[in-house]
Amino acid sequence: MAQVHIDRVSKIYSGTQRAVNDISIVIPDGEFVVLVGPSGCGKSTLLRMVAGLERITEGTISIDGRVVNALEPAERDIAMVFQNYALYPHMKVYDNMAYGLRNRGMPKAEIDQRVREAAKTLELERLLERRPRELSGGQRQRVAMGRAIVRSPKVFLFDEPLSNLDAKLRGQMRVEIRKLQRRFGVTSIYVTHDQVEAMTLADTLVVMNNGVAEQVGSPLDVYKRPASTFVAGFIGAPAMNLIDADVSDDGSAATVGGAVIAPLEHSAILEPGHAVTLGIRPEHLRRAGANEKAEIELVVSAIEILGADTLAHGQIGAGGPGKSNLIARLPGTTRLEVGSKLPLAIDRSAIHLFDRETGRRIVSDKASQTEVTPRARLAAV
Amino acid sequence: MTDIATSLNNAAASETPEGGIRWGLVLDHAILIAGSLFMLLPVFLAFMTSTHEAVTVHTEGVQYLPGDQLVANYSTVLFDGIGFTGAVNGTTMMMNSMILGFGFAIGKIIVAMMAAYAIVYFRFPLAELAFWAIFVTLLLPLEVRILPSYEIVRKMGLINSYTGLIVPLIASATATFFFRQFFKTVPDELVEAARIDGAGPMKFFIDILVPLSRTMIAAIFIIMFVYGWNQYLWPTLITTNEDYFTLVRGIKQIIQVWVGAQIPEYSQAMALAVLAMLPPVIVVVVFQSWFIRGLTESDK
Repeated sequence: MAQVHIDRVSKIYSGTQRAVNDISIVIPDGEFVVLVGPSGCGKSTLLRMVAGLERITEGTISIDGRVVNALEPAERDIAMVFQNYALYPHMKVYDNMAYGLRNRGMPKAEIDQRVREAAKTLELERLLERRPRELSGGQRQRVAMGRAIVRSPKVFLFDEPLSNLDAKLRGQMRVEIRKLQRRFGVTSIYVTHDQVEAMTLADTLVVMNNGVAEQVGSPLDVYKRPASTFVAGFIGAPAMNLIDADVSDDGSAATVGGAVIAPLEHSAILEPGHAVTLGIRPEHLRRAGANEKAEIELVVSAIEILGADTLAHGQIGAGGPGKSNLIARLPGTTRLEVGSKLPLAIDRSAIHLFDRETGRRIVSDKASQTEVTPRARLAAV
Repeated sequence: MTDIATSLNNAAASETPEGGIRWGLVLDHAILIAGSLFMLLPVFLAFMTSTHEAVTVHTEGVQYLPGDQLVANYSTVLFDGIGFTGAVNGTTMMMNSMILGFGFAIGKIIVAMMAAYAIVYFRFPLAELAFWAIFVTLLLPLEVRILPSYEIVRKMGLINSYTGLIVPLIASATATFFFRQFFKTVPDELVEAARIDGAGPMKFFIDILVPLSRTMIAAIFIIMFVYGWNQYLWPTLITTNEDYFTLVRGIKQIIQVWVGAQIPEYSQAMALAVLAMLPPVIVVVVFQSWFIRGLTESDK
């Protein structure tokens, strides 16, 4: 168990291409950190640098106060679970788990005890004599977990470990991984592109894009206060609606093509005419009541009925310059027709505002205090 | 088009057993039987001929029926001195062939695996060039470089030794290439998992890569053993001492040596030829089952 300190780490390929760019994260002991982002955002590269499988071009990574840049993976006291399990196909489950311990020269009796203990925890006892090819995907995943656990490492590293499983199993394993991590209290870094996994597993979420950590925070914090349009669009399903808008002359509303579409509370810090991007999550749009003033009117183009919810896809400002696509998440009982006009009310407090030029969140004074303080944080740079 | 139509009809016919004789099946078997006969007839004739006296063979030619000299011929060939000086018998020659075959196959596998391991898993300057240099040697078979090779072996004093028989032939571009292709299909994660498990380069090679290559090793062993066993030119050149004669060489020796007033011992030559066929057959049969089992159990 250990603190992991990633300090101004960069990975530069062929001289110029920055796969990971100047990332600093402090991960406290026992914390579960999830690196999430689209393919090619550098999350796996960062994880592999922690593992020692990828050389660190710039910066330092320390585990438990010890700089590990120059250490071999085996010397870093880490364990890694791979996406395709990477079990040794010719070894029995038992030997797969014991291999790393044997290489360390651990006494046989202790190896045996550790392997059997891990097998018990993971309910693999009856499979110890089998070979990986005789196991199902979920069982292989457990063996891979077992191989990590037996070593009682300082850090667990997970590289999209559930991507090869079917949806149901993925859900089960997700819960199980979280339980195990809590039980052993081992600092963990988990890479995924699946935002549901990211939200449910993480103590701290690191949203990455283009090699940069766009935001570091608790899952709820990231969901409630995305730091940029990228994070806003990435976290949450369906994605947050992002609408290009301008601030009205008196600073009290966002307008699209001159028409007011949403009131603003950020007046104090906004100049009239400021180009902004308005973010509204689909779940924060609701059908306006009969006596209520509808802020926007959605021309419904498609309907997805999910049972609990109904998603209305459509356009606002149709025909005008401010034409924009929008999704609203409505209660499952809502009856809709394609082509009909749907009056929508916006929850004011749920409006996110971003600078259109930089893509960064515009912070109003009122909303700036954090509700959930994540233990991991962006190190002061 | 007609071919396709016929074969479709055949397929349809073979699915309906109640329709009498399935001609498609009959045809298939006829082809297979004809092929087998074609392959086996020479072996059969050699065996039959080897059971006759040399005189019979000399006067009547190749024999189709068994004779009465089976035991006599085979025991002469195996245990009595044959060859120019009579210092060597079939058993010794078979031993020599075994040593050559196994040394050749095992040596090639070891060298090729290590070369492929270096090329695939290590980044070193001119690695690609090294690979292509090895690959290009495919264009230079033994026959092309036989004189310089012989000269080197002679200068090293390795004439008439097993080392001289085996080592100059031990590098194999073919085997290196096959192992390289195989190693490239081994997932990178396996190397990474092994690194995290604390396996260094040698440990990874021995604990992971070699066991994973079992089927590949079996396949290459079959090919190389037979290839080594059947070597003729190189052993002829490198061994003058009869103690180092191989079977393949010995067969010729029997016919060649006893010219003059005597009748060449054709039946003994045939007996030796039949004996020379056995070990490769055994190796193929044994390793093939291993090989196929390996192929059907998909590992990676």
